[in-house]
Amino acid sequence: MHITSPAFKENAARALADPGLQKALGTAKGAFLQRRAAAVANLPEFERLRDIGRDIKNHTLANLDFYLEAFEAKVVAAGGKVHWCSTADDARAKVLEICRAAGARTVTKGKSMISEELGINQHLEAHGIRPVETDLGEYILQLRNEPPSHIIAPAFHLNREDWEADFRRMHTDLPADRVFAERRDILAEARSRLRERFLAADVGITGANFLIAETGSSVIVTNEGNGDLTQTLPRVHIALASIEKLVPTLEDATSLLRLLARSATGQDFSVYTTFSTGTRRPGDLDGPEEYHVVLVDNGRSNMIGTDFQDMLRCIRCAACMNHCPVYGAVGGHAYGWVYPGPMGSVLTPSLVGVEKTANLPNASTFCGRCESVCPVKIPLPKLMRHWREREFERHLTPTVARAGLGTWAFLARRPGLYRMATRLAVGALGLLGRGKGSFRSLPLAGSWTRGRDLPVPEPGGTFMARYARTQRGRR
Amino acid sequence: MTKEAILGAIRRGLKRGPLPADQRAMLEGRLASHPRHLIPARSRLPRPDQVALFIANVEKEFGTVERVPDLDAIPAALADYLAAQNLPTGFAMAPHPELLGIPWSSRPLLQPAARRAEASDQVSLQHGFAGIAETGSLMLPSAPERPTTLNLLADTAVVVLRASRIHGAYEEAWDRLRAEHRDQRTGGAMPRNIMFVTGPSRSADIEQTLELGAHGPRRLHILLVDDDPAALPPGEAEAPPPAAVPGGPAVPGD
Repeated sequence: MHITSPAFKENAARALADPGLQKALGTAKGAFLQRRAAAVANLPEFERLRDIGRDIKNHTLANLDFYLEAFEAKVVAAGGKVHWCSTADDARAKVLEICRAAGARTVTKGKSMISEELGINQHLEAHGIRPVETDLGEYILQLRNEPPSHIIAPAFHLNREDWEADFRRMHTDLPADRVFAERRDILAEARSRLRERFLAADVGITGANFLIAETGSSVIVTNEGNGDLTQTLPRVHIALASIEKLVPTLEDATSLLRLLARSATGQDFSVYTTFSTGTRRPGDLDGPEEYHVVLVDNGRSNMIGTDFQDMLRCIRCAACMNHCPVYGAVGGHAYGWVYPGPMGSVLTPSLVGVEKTANLPNASTFCGRCESVCPVKIPLPKLMRHWREREFERHLTPTVARAGLGTWAFLARRPGLYRMATRLAVGALGLLGRGKGSFRSLPLAGSWTRGRDLPVPEPGGTFMARYARTQRGRR
Repeated sequence: MTKEAILGAIRRGLKRGPLPADQRAMLEGRLASHPRHLIPARSRLPRPDQVALFIANVEKEFGTVERVPDLDAIPAALADYLAAQNLPTGFAMAPHPELLGIPWSSRPLLQPAARRAEASDQVSLQHGFAGIAETGSLMLPSAPERPTTLNLLADTAVVVLRASRIHGAYEEAWDRLRAEHRDQRTGGAMPRNIMFVTGPSRSADIEQTLELGAHGPRRLHILLVDDDPAALPPGEAEAPPPAAVPGGPAVPGD
């Protein structure tokens, strides 16, 4: 996927000025948050389950080589194949090869973020195979030729009017004056349109929420049932999954599933949670005759043993972006690549390099809500801070910010000088701002005050000065 | 080669080579014993309450449940349901011995067709392997007698589930599967496919507003067979239990 993360600031400015997007973000605001809060309140064990989720993923990552090989052995025993792919190129080539071997003309797809990361659709199209997205949100984005703006609600940025307009524009065989009285009418039109595609497809491609070493299963979680139709009806099923999706056992997967839907949509459990294990068995009346797991590394193994290993625990629930004030203000497209929000601000630099993505870990107020809701307790602010340090070390930080940080560091290492400087600054600002509550603008800090006000320091001097006075008073 | 490269990169990150034999044995032991983690207390209830929790959770997720005393009562219950919903009397039915053994001729208008589902089917009748009270979910493992398409293609999905097969938590249902099912190909417990179904299909992709009737069934109706005297609601528990074991002996291996 084309990356526009280097232009995050411009993207964000455009997003803030986009009335359609702001309307969609306003409509969505709070929906996921309230549902999650209600679901969590209904499960007193939720906090303990978060620790368990973290520990399961940490255990798996510490033994990932073992569990990957155990998984492969079970897939093979169940009649499937595992294709190990180091890079996005390897994975694209493998998917194309499987589709060609199947003589595929049409491929249905369940929602998969790794597919977006790899650019599977573009690759298949370039080679004459038609990919059809079947998740409702992904379907309209394919009509619009847009990437998803949210990892579980891909059309987060669209309003109902957009849906109606796009369906009228693209489904030209239907009466132009048909009425969409309810959202349900939009849903019904997509359902009937996609039914034909499900039945015609030669290959079905899904992602995987989990891979299970104990059984060789891939697990998908959906509400629509599109993923199940995708992996049940065609003759060939391809499960695309990155290596960190692995968990050891059914019990481990179950514990993580208790966290996933609650953290994502606020459901206790998604409508369809499905475990696929190998190919059609003798006597089965349905199910695929080929089962392929395309196992993708694409940068993950390099994260192991680094500060960013914790990020590989992520189960892609989207709670972090749902609770992020920055995501809530600018939406997902501004982040400029596949994964938006706090998890994206950590993962994207790991996968595509900090050179192009240095803006992302800075697109955070460090309010900490993301970490506080993460079902596997990823310390997202800490990891973003690690990226900011890397950014500084590699001289990617803008000169002005760099000079400012340098000055601050010089003073911070000299406490006497630091106190004197702050005393002077507080005194000067206090004089300048007498009678005002806050500064709307300040010389030399124009770009800082453009987006915020600086409160006028209260009388009484710096914190240290006041602290010294209270200490004296006590004695 | 790629496999070795990926495993090698992981091991470099972990700062070690392949795991020594004793650690492998420990991990193999963990896979074989598949230890349980914390199980939420909500489903640890007396049997009647567990079944009531299952029903309440199904209804919370927009499914419907009708309790029937035994399998012989299914034709009447299904015929009445289809009539009330204005649905046709023909339906695709799982070719499961328990469903095949139902006295369908008691309602001659019903036309069960024992097969997988097709896209043109309006109604399907599936055989439930287990229910999970914790979330109101049905556990539907694939088998020749339980085709997966029956969970997906019809507009109205009806599932027959025996109350004795309602468990509190998922872990109990996994253990039942491990005890009852042996896959011919792998020798393990997993069939090709297991679907956990919690209510009818839906989507919230349009403005994060939930709408029922996405790609899967628009309606999910469960015919709950009260074959477990201990699970009957208080007051009915004293009534004489329904005909011995309804529908004859449990099907081995289910």
